[in-house]
Amino acid sequence: MTTEGRTVLAEFHPPGPADFDLPPIFGDVTKPMVLYVLSAVLIFGCFYIASRRAAVVPSKAQFAGEYAYNFVRNSIARDSIGSHDFMKFVPYLTALFFLILVNNYYGLIPFFQFPTFSHSGYAYGLAALTWILYNGVGIAKHGFLGYFKLQSVPGGVSGPILLLIVPLEFMSNILVRPVTLALRLFANMFAGHLLLILFTLGGSYLVFDSGNILYAPVGVVAWLLAVAVSFLEALVMFLQAYVFTLLTAQYIGGALADEH
Amino acid sequence: MSSTILAAGGELNPLVPHVDEIVLGVVVFLILVFLIKKFVVPNFEKAYAERTAAIEGGMKEAAAAQEEAKAALEQYNAQLSEARHEAARIREEAREQGAQIVAEMRAQAQDEAQRIVTAAHQQIEAERAQAVQSLRRQVGELSTELASRIVGESLEDEARQRRTVERFIVDLEGSSNGSAN
Repeated sequence: MTTEGRTVLAEFHPPGPADFDLPPIFGDVTKPMVLYVLSAVLIFGCFYIASRRAAVVPSKAQFAGEYAYNFVRNSIARDSIGSHDFMKFVPYLTALFFLILVNNYYGLIPFFQFPTFSHSGYAYGLAALTWILYNGVGIAKHGFLGYFKLQSVPGGVSGPILLLIVPLEFMSNILVRPVTLALRLFANMFAGHLLLILFTLGGSYLVFDSGNILYAPVGVVAWLLAVAVSFLEALVMFLQAYVFTLLTAQYIGGALADEH
Repeated sequence: MSSTILAAGGELNPLVPHVDEIVLGVVVFLILVFLIKKFVVPNFEKAYAERTAAIEGGMKEAAAAQEEAKAALEQYNAQLSEARHEAARIREEAREQGAQIVAEMRAQAQDEAQRIVTAAHQQIEAERAQAVQSLRRQVGELSTELASRIVGESLEDEARQRRTVERFIVDLEGSSNGSAN
């Protein structure tokens, strides 16, 4: 038994980062690249059709589009930035939310089956843009020194404790934010997809390739778990898109906030 | 062995991004932002603004209509109470007029009755006087004739004849008055 078990382990290759390194489809173009561009086309196409003939009394498509648009516009942008300035950032936040959302859900859709943001580069890029944006609007509003004072010196704190607080606040508000933003999205998508691969490939290995009929029921359990994990992932995928967008909006709101 | 592992690990470290993916991610995203800003947001916002305007316009219209209805109601109420006052006034006036007419009629009737009674009295009085006159004359003639026949002498002396008759009539009246009492 033990030798058999060892051979089983030896033959099964657990999924790892290599599974995310897909071969290019043609030239240097890889699957996530195609998916990413496709998502942008899909999002704009849907929104364009929904909003093309926007009227006082909405059509079905317009109603659905407004529902999606309002979610970002009102629940994320307006609530975080405030009704005075939020409209400027609605296009950015709308594009951000739906781009992340669609690319995340690629992980669950048959044939696509790959969450684009499990490639860290896409997450880094968007996080960098958010970083530039919120620091940019902050500096534009408060001036360079005023902005760094706003972000580094919390209101109501004075005295020697500032020596401790100021570097900490600067670190957390200016340096760490883009990193956590990018890593949170990337790691969730990466880990979720890895988990799915593990349960599905592991299950099929146990059922078909292990050579031991007794392992088959365990393989079926693994598949059931894969289904359960898929539902969990569906939630995580939405949440990550929501959190990324919401935090971006809150960073912008914080950068625009008046000094307390 | 260890170098190959390191190389493999370095190549497959998922935290290390492909630069082309960063560039693609940013460029496609910015294009999407631009397209949404240019083609989607204005349409939705325009529809929202129109909707807000339509709702506000509708509400204003409704408020105006309500105001108008209220004004009309007030006007009608005012007119109604005015009409009531008018009716009451007319009724009062009619009653007064009626009473006045009745009083006038009554007075007129009384006057008429008075007049009729007076006329009757006068007529009666006149007739009585006439009757007395004629009676007096007849009695004079009769008594004269009677006296002449009884005495057998012609009483040609007018003065004496008259004196005799008047004395007789005074006596006659005195006796008739005494019998009436």
